[in-house]
This record gives sequence, C-alpha cells and structure tokens, in this order.
Amino acid sequence: MIVTNIEVVPGRRVAKHLGMVQGNTVRSKHVGRDLMAGFKNIFGGELVGYTELLTESREEAVDRMKQQAEAIGANAILNVRFSTSSVAAGAAELFAYGTAVILE
Amino acid sequence: MYDLIILFVLLFLGYVFGQMAEKRHFRSIIKREDEYQSILTFAKRFPLNNDGDQRAELVGGNVVISVDYFKRFVATLRNLIGGRITTYESLLERARREALLRMKAEAHKKGLNTIVNVKLETASITKGNKNQVGAVEVYAYGTGLLSNHS
Repeated sequence: MIVTNIEVVPGRRVAKHLGMVQGNTVRSKHVGRDLMAGFKNIFGGELVGYTELLTESREEAVDRMKQQAEAIGANAILNVRFSTSSVAAGAAELFAYGTAVILE
Repeated sequence: MYDLIILFVLLFLGYVFGQMAEKRHFRSIIKREDEYQSILTFAKRFPLNNDGDQRAELVGGNVVISVDYFKRFVATLRNLIGGRITTYESLLERARREALLRMKAEAHKKGLNTIVNVKLETASITKGNKNQVGAVEVYAYGTGLLSNHS
C-alpha cells in the first residue's frame, strides 16, 4: 500500500480511481499524563506523553484508512490529508482521508 | 498573602526553567537542522522530476509543546492592551521547527532524500477553563521521495 500526499506516485500511472477513503479515531489522555502535563505547564517544554499519544492516534487513523482502501481493492492512497479537532474537553479526534486508487 | 507568595514562586520557577528549556531546545534545533540539511523539503505539489524518483512514502513528525507559567502570565497581561505576544511567538516557532525536523528525521530513517508537498497543521490543546493546560501541537507531513536530483 503506497500512501502519499501528492496527486501522483512518481513513475506509476493511475489505472482506476476508487473514491475517497477515510479513517478516524477519538482519543483521550489518561489522568497520569494530565498530571505530568500540569507540572510541565509551570516549567514549559515538550509534553512527551501527549506527543506519543497523538502519534499513536494518527497511526491508527492511517491504519483504518488503509484497511478501508484494502477492502475495496486499492493498492495506493493519494492526496492524503490530516485533520485534528477537539471534540470535548480532554479528547481529540484525528482524521485522515485520501483518494484510493489502483496503480498499474 | 500565601497566594501572592505562591504566584511569585511559580513565576520565578517558570521564568528560570522556561528560559533554560527554550535556550537548550533552540540549540538542539539549530544543531539538528545542520545535520538534516541534505534532505530537501518543498511546499510544491508535484515531484521535481518524474523519472528520477524511485520511491514515495508518507512521512510526518509531530510535537506538543507547553508554555511555562511566566509566559502565560505575560500573555494574560498583554491581553489587556493588545499587541504582539512575543512569548507565544517563540513557542510556535520552536514547535514548527521541531515538527519539521522530526519529519526530516523520519525521511532520513527511511532512506529518502526529498520531501514534497509539506503541510503544517497546528492544533491548540487546552483542557477546560480551570487549571488550563496551554499547549500547542504542530504536525508536519509530506511525501518523502528517493530522488537523484544531485
């Protein structure tokens, strides 16, 4: 499965477009991480726990998108975009979407 | 009275440790930017030369950075009269440069030497109104290519 955020895959030609595929996940952080974040809020600096959490969530969103693409028989996803939105206090939605295609 | 003392202690701690952390971070950013200079990044939508590229893969990097107590205090004061909040500007600059660097590091790890269509996404992470967690997340992503542009 080739995933890119440009409209082509270099050196390959798109044989068939299959439409949009998407994957999302809503995650919330746990209390321990929040506590650490509270401390970090006094001293400043990177919130490693949050960084990891968001990385994992994004990977999961991409995985779900890939699964959906595989299910409809695609072998690549082009023009992938990410979007983040906070749904409620303490929870965020990570969303990935793109165009599923079959490459020659 | 005690509240005032706690406030000053927090401001002092925030100022000292925040400045230290920021300076250290900027030094490390400049060092790593030198390291990854060979990886070219572009905001353009198409690869440079179609025939030379052998591989394409999505790469990305993210970082969550929090403001310190002192900076937030200054920003709150600034809010009264308006104008530039320089303390937040440096925070966002740090976050963006760090995210770009992590994206480059991932490309480097995968053996890619060019990144096109770089997008930056910023999200603010706040937890309710009381005891705010004022932090910003920056995610940088793009398509990494193995290209023989040299």
